[in-house]
Formats: sequence, structure tokens, C-alpha cells
Amino acid sequence: MPAITFIHSDGKSDRVETGDGESAMQAATRHGLDGILAECGGNAMCATCHVYVDESWLARLPAMADDEDALLDGAAAERSPASRLSCQIVITPDLDGLVLRLPERQV
Amino acid sequence: MSASASPVSTGSPGIPHLDVDPFAMNFFADPYPTHEVLREAGPVVYLDKWNVYGVARYAEVHAVLNDPATFCSSRGVGLSDFKKETPWRPPSLILEADPPAHTRTRAVLSKVLSPTVMKQVRDRFTAAAEERVDALIDKRSFDAVADLAEAYPLSIFPDALGLKPEGREHLIPYASVVFNAFGPPNQLRQEAIERSAPHQAYVAEQCQRENLAPGGFGACIHAHVDEGAITATEAPLLVRSLLSAGLDTTVNGIGAAIYCLARFPDQWQRLRDDLSLARGAFEEAVRFESPVQTFFRTTTREVELSGATIGEGEKVLMFLAAANRDPRRWDKPDSYDITRRTSGHVGFGSGIHMCVGQLVARLEGEVMLTALAKRIAKIEITGEPKRRFNNTLRGLDSLPVTITPA
Repeated sequence: MPAITFIHSDGKSDRVETGDGESAMQAATRHGLDGILAECGGNAMCATCHVYVDESWLARLPAMADDEDALLDGAAAERSPASRLSCQIVITPDLDGLVLRLPERQV
Repeated sequence: MSASASPVSTGSPGIPHLDVDPFAMNFFADPYPTHEVLREAGPVVYLDKWNVYGVARYAEVHAVLNDPATFCSSRGVGLSDFKKETPWRPPSLILEADPPAHTRTRAVLSKVLSPTVMKQVRDRFTAAAEERVDALIDKRSFDAVADLAEAYPLSIFPDALGLKPEGREHLIPYASVVFNAFGPPNQLRQEAIERSAPHQAYVAEQCQRENLAPGGFGACIHAHVDEGAITATEAPLLVRSLLSAGLDTTVNGIGAAIYCLARFPDQWQRLRDDLSLARGAFEEAVRFESPVQTFFRTTTREVELSGATIGEGEKVLMFLAAANRDPRRWDKPDSYDITRRTSGHVGFGSGIHMCVGQLVARLEGEVMLTALAKRIAKIEITGEPKRRFNNTLRGLDSLPVTITPA
């Protein structure tokens, strides 16, 4: 199964194995990672699973939908061009090794 | 109560038939033992009393919520099947709708209640919470339902919507009718609908564009008419959704949180030690008490769910509250733990119909619990809490408390 890395705001990192068809958010919460809140449980409604995608990976992710784009404007931490909602990033084999940075806060 | 597996013609063989009435007063008084019976009987059960299927385990509740093409909402999310019966009011354009119609109306309400909008109202909601706590500290002893759980949302939500000052006393009774009407034709539902005319008249009037103050959520919904997202006849019905589902739910959510924190003083202390836990304390109360207990769906085709075959046109009752305490999903499900990872609970539902106002609820809950924990050392229950009975909502009618200021 593909593995992805979350880098916390303090610089520490966690590498997590993902399950079949799982989103980055689901992998993070299943491993009990701090830094991803996911209040809405993955329904693209709350913007509390905000991540900054590592630059080298950014172009390799599928484009975001309008609702994700709108939600990111309301994220607690500052939005950057690398911002995505991790519940909308489904981990496929070609995303093995993906690096996601966590913001300082989610609410 | 029995859990016998008697195959009868109305249900497929192998599905346990239960003679449970989840809309009876004795059930409401203490639903937990019956929730356990429902969960343990099987992944899918049949309730002979109302001729409906039921799901009470987390996995099946989550699966039904997330397959709206099979388990539709347009035939009503209560017991009444809109294909066979005339709805008691014009159906909701969002709650009682399926894609693609639902997708368009949902997008409008999502924008009106977005995280960005929450940032704009946060300071106002916080100031009102602090004001309310000041008033409660002066009182010392009060009813935590009327004076807190109801008074706080009433002090902000109707204004945030842009409602006129007159007639707001209809709001909670109207919501009570709406949530009773999802239930079966029992006394609660019949009486609620019989008395609903004045509340319906008020709501219909308030939903019109000219009656909604500029800048409020209501006016924002109507503004989407100008952009062509919705029609002028749809807008009032979408405002009605906020009037139906935006107040009584948060009253019961905040009430649940106060009731939990008053019953579990160790959790109150944890919150006082770390105010950043306020949002989690509210969320965990929504899981633990599940202010919205149940919703129905209707099958659009024959479907197999966890080995059970359900025919087309059948009502399926989802026990959200039982799913939120399913030991298959939750560690120590009957403990109220404000540090729990609650993500995935179905207190706000899940999938395309997940509560569109969830961010408003969380904001209200968070700022109110923060304001309370900052100023109050102790909350003591000083009298017997009285339950309020509703076919869908779980909450209290009164909760006498005495507080000790910090």
C-alpha cells in the first residue's frame, strides 16, 4: 500500500501507510495523527483537514473542485497556493511518497 | 421486547423482527437498552410496529447515509412516504430532495453558511456568549435549558438570519413540529401538526425577501436568486430550512453539552484547565447525546445491505444515536470524553445531506463552552432534570443548576 508523510508545524514528521481507496485525511485520523481535525468526517464541509502539499507533488494531484476551493478560503490557517483539503486527496499508487505539511491550526 | 427472527411475508427471511417502538414515551425515557437490542439483533432489523427496516450499527448507518441514489430523501426523511401520502407541508428543497435538484440548493446553503462566513460572525457570537454568562453569574441558580441552551441561540441566530423582532416566539414551536412530523402518526405527531397553523403562517411570512434584514443569512439566500442559482420561489423555502433546522437543534446541542459537563465534573475540570478543548467538548456531546436521534430514507431499488435484502420502496430508519455509541466503532462508547477523536460520528449525519449548518452549531457550542469555562468553577445539578419528548430530537425541558463563579 502507498505510504505518505505528514510534516507537523514543529518540523516533526509521521509516515503513514494508507489503506485501499483511503483519503490522506482518513489515513491520518486512522493513525491518530494530531494536526488533522476533520470535523465533518470527510464530507468537504468544514475545512479542518487543511494541508500544504509539498511543491514537488502539487502538480501531480488531481485538480480541486469548486467546493474545496471555496472552503479553503475559510480555513483557520493562512491559505497558500499549496493548500488542499486532505479529505479530497485519495491516495492512489502513483501518490506513494506524497509529502503533506500541516498548518499550525485547523480551527 | 423480543428479538425473535420470525420470517414473515413483509420482510426477507433472516432479518430479525423486533417489536420495538422507537417513538414511544417509554423508549424516549431511556433509549439505550433498546439501542443495544437493535444493534445486537443484526446489521439490519425489521420493526413490525411501523413496518420499516432499521439500522443501528455504525457501519450500516454510515453506508445508508452515503448511498443517496439507493436510499433516497425525496420520498421523505420521516416515516411518511411522499409517493403515497401528501406531505404535511411543501417538501424541503434540500432535506427532502435528491441529486441533481439537491446539488443546486445545497450549494447555495453551503455558501451562505461557509467557514468564511463563520469567521465573520465569530466575534459577534462570542460577545453574546460572554454577555449571557455575565447574566447567569448574576443569577447563580437558573434553568440551564431556558436561561442558557435556549436563551443563547435565541439571542444570536434569529438576528444572524435577519428576522424581524416580532413573532420569534414561534421559532422553537415550529421546529418542534417539524421534528415531530418525521415520526409515525402517534400522538406527538398528530398534536404537533394540529397546532402548527400559526407557526407555519409566521414562518412563511418571515421567509419572504422583504422581511429579511440586509446582510443576514436569509438575505444572502435571496441574493443567490439574482445570480440565477435559485429561483425567486425557491429562495423562501431555503430560508425555511434554516428556520426549521437551525435553532432547536443547537438548543439541544448546547443543552446536551451543559448536561454532560454538569454530570461529569472531571471533564468540566479538564475543559477549565485547557480552554482549547471547548470545541471538542461540544462535538463529543453531539456524539454522546445525539440531539437528532433518527432519520429515515426510502429505497429506490431492491438492495442488499450486509446480507439482508431490502425491496424497493421500503422505509429504512437510521438510528444515528445508536451508531454513535456502537462499540464496533467507538472505544468506551458510553463515556463522555472531551479529548476523544470524534471525527466520523453521525450526529450531524454524513454524506450529501450532512447538516449544512454544522459550522454554526460548532461555533455556538465552542464560544459558549469557552465563555462558561473561563468564568465558572463549578456547575451543580440541583433538581431533577425534565425530559422534552419529540419524535426526532433528544433533549431536556428543564435542567435546574447552581453555578460557582471562578
